[in-house]
Amino acid sequence: MKIHEHQAKEVLARFAVPVPRGQACFSVDEAVAFGKSLGGYPVVVKAQIHAGGRGKGGGVKLAKSEQELRGQASAILGMQLVTHQTGPAGKKVQRLLIEEGVDIKRELYAGILLDRAQSKDVFMVSTEGGMEIEKVAAETPEKIIKVTIDPATGFKPFHARRLAFALGLSGAALKSGIQMFTALYTAYRRTDASLVEINPLVVTGDGRVIALDAKLNFDDNAMFRQKDIARMRDLSEEDPAEVEASKSDLNYIKLDGNIGCMVNGAGLAMATMDIIKLHGGEPANFLDVGGTANAETVSAGFRIILSDKNVKAILVNVFGGIVRCDRVAEGVIQAAKEVKVSVPVVVRLEGNNADIAAKLLDESGLSLISAQGFSDAAKKVVAAIQ
Amino acid sequence: MAILLTKNSNIIIQGITGSEGSFHTQQMIDYRTNVVGGVTPGKGGQLWNDKIPVFNTVRDAVDKTGANATCIFVPPPFAADAILEAIDAGIELIVTITEGIPVRDMVTVKDALNHSKSRMVGPNCPGVITPGVGKMGIMPAAIHKPGNCGLISRSGTLTYEAVKQLVDNGFGQTTAIGIGGDAVNGSSFTDILKLYKNDPDTKAVVMIGEIGGSAEEEAADYIKTEFGKPVVGFIAGQTAPPGRRMGHAGAIIAGGKGTAPEKIKAMRGAGILVADSPADIGLMMKEVLK
Repeated sequence: MKIHEHQAKEVLARFAVPVPRGQACFSVDEAVAFGKSLGGYPVVVKAQIHAGGRGKGGGVKLAKSEQELRGQASAILGMQLVTHQTGPAGKKVQRLLIEEGVDIKRELYAGILLDRAQSKDVFMVSTEGGMEIEKVAAETPEKIIKVTIDPATGFKPFHARRLAFALGLSGAALKSGIQMFTALYTAYRRTDASLVEINPLVVTGDGRVIALDAKLNFDDNAMFRQKDIARMRDLSEEDPAEVEASKSDLNYIKLDGNIGCMVNGAGLAMATMDIIKLHGGEPANFLDVGGTANAETVSAGFRIILSDKNVKAILVNVFGGIVRCDRVAEGVIQAAKEVKVSVPVVVRLEGNNADIAAKLLDESGLSLISAQGFSDAAKKVVAAIQ
Repeated sequence: MAILLTKNSNIIIQGITGSEGSFHTQQMIDYRTNVVGGVTPGKGGQLWNDKIPVFNTVRDAVDKTGANATCIFVPPPFAADAILEAIDAGIELIVTITEGIPVRDMVTVKDALNHSKSRMVGPNCPGVITPGVGKMGIMPAAIHKPGNCGLISRSGTLTYEAVKQLVDNGFGQTTAIGIGGDAVNGSSFTDILKLYKNDPDTKAVVMIGEIGGSAEEEAADYIKTEFGKPVVGFIAGQTAPPGRRMGHAGAIIAGGKGTAPEKIKAMRGAGILVADSPADIGLMMKEVLK
């Protein structure tokens, strides 16, 4: 799960991570009023969307006066912000973060995430603040300093010291940095974060270390015990069809093609997208209806797929396994009737009673085309749109 | 011969009285799997379906039944605790079916596994089946046949697809294993390959990976230098967009890493026959074992 920058800073502040004074604002007047209350300029205006690269896209500005603040807040609020992470359509800016300006002496980087190969957390810092860490890793990997955290002992003061000294911090900034790193790791652990990224982490003129930007992602599987975090989810930042699917416990991801797919199981769903592409088609989505497909999940699946107007045909690929295929076929037929499916649907059911299932589909009187085998299904659905 | 699940496995089910656990216990017993007991805290002393003894703790189950393997169906909030209990009781083989265990819990579990004699398969997996001997998990047993192929996969239904293709082409399995779709799991491809290497009956292995992480690349390294048996492969998610989690918690291209082309390149570099189409896995095995 993703949250906004201003929310991430609120979470971090709870764990005593220093962040600039700031507030989320939903109107220009609110932004100007809060900016004034900060007691001096410059003030920073930051677009709040769930995507990186906001500065380059024109979503972050420095205001040196009330007039500038009003102008920039009006320009950014409501704009369609396009960054390298939003796609060409961009994302509408619905809230701003108004913050005090900070006297920046150095820009650094700090990040915490799971190293999958070791199954341990890794805390990374770099002197190359403000740059994309992937770029630093590719071009100058020696500029990234990592510590791996032993799950048995946790994050210890020596880890924090190693990171702080590696960044060349000294004096007040050294002490501030050590405290900051310890607080960041505590926040990461206690909130079940999957990623903490502070880029840039800045050292101010008076030797304080501050999280000037903040990105926090969370482990979806842990939200049952992170109610405060779960409440921060902003559904307006997510694709409406994906939100709708999640309500029915379906896993849906919209793509750009025109062949809808409905599959049981994530691996088979990915493989189904792959085989469509291999036969010259373009998948319109990823959709996993769960291990056992029934009439209810299948009709929810049809509705969500058909909400995408690009869809010209649908491939249903279900490996029946323990459930009997004729049962699944009955479910598909019932769902197709309920939802009034208007595009050709190719159905491939595998497992027990697959032959009876195919017969049921072909005799249903609906625009259902039965397929035998994985390749046959892909070929038939690609042919159906031509 | 087989790996992990053999004639000597005495199996208990943690979460035997829950709806999932109960349903699949029956399926396992129907397949003549040697289920010797179950564990549900607070229900010790009962008999599940009038035949299988239920215990309050794993330790009790081990003491009374000689259990050396467990299949876990405990819900996500309590699953890590159930796994740690099994490790503490000295269970040799732990198969965790539960989907949705928080990563933080799994980091703790993985560390405990690393300091124990227990081996775990999963979580978020279909389990382990040795056709003709038994199954620990949720896979449809009927599609499997005894034979000479190993099979390791991060997926569930895609594994069944591959099994069906193997059987359609005349190949049975020694043991088929779903290692699970999470970012942190008990056993990696490489861990399982090492077991297949020492199993004389396993003549070739199917390895089904997917986007995310680097377990396939690590396995490719091992296959190239040490494995010594033919491997057929497939990577799911060649059309998956970066930055999106494709159903499985671990199936995500993050920071440009974990893409299908990278994995396929590493696997082909190691001499693995990688199928372009998920429909060609069985045919490829035919080429390898003709």
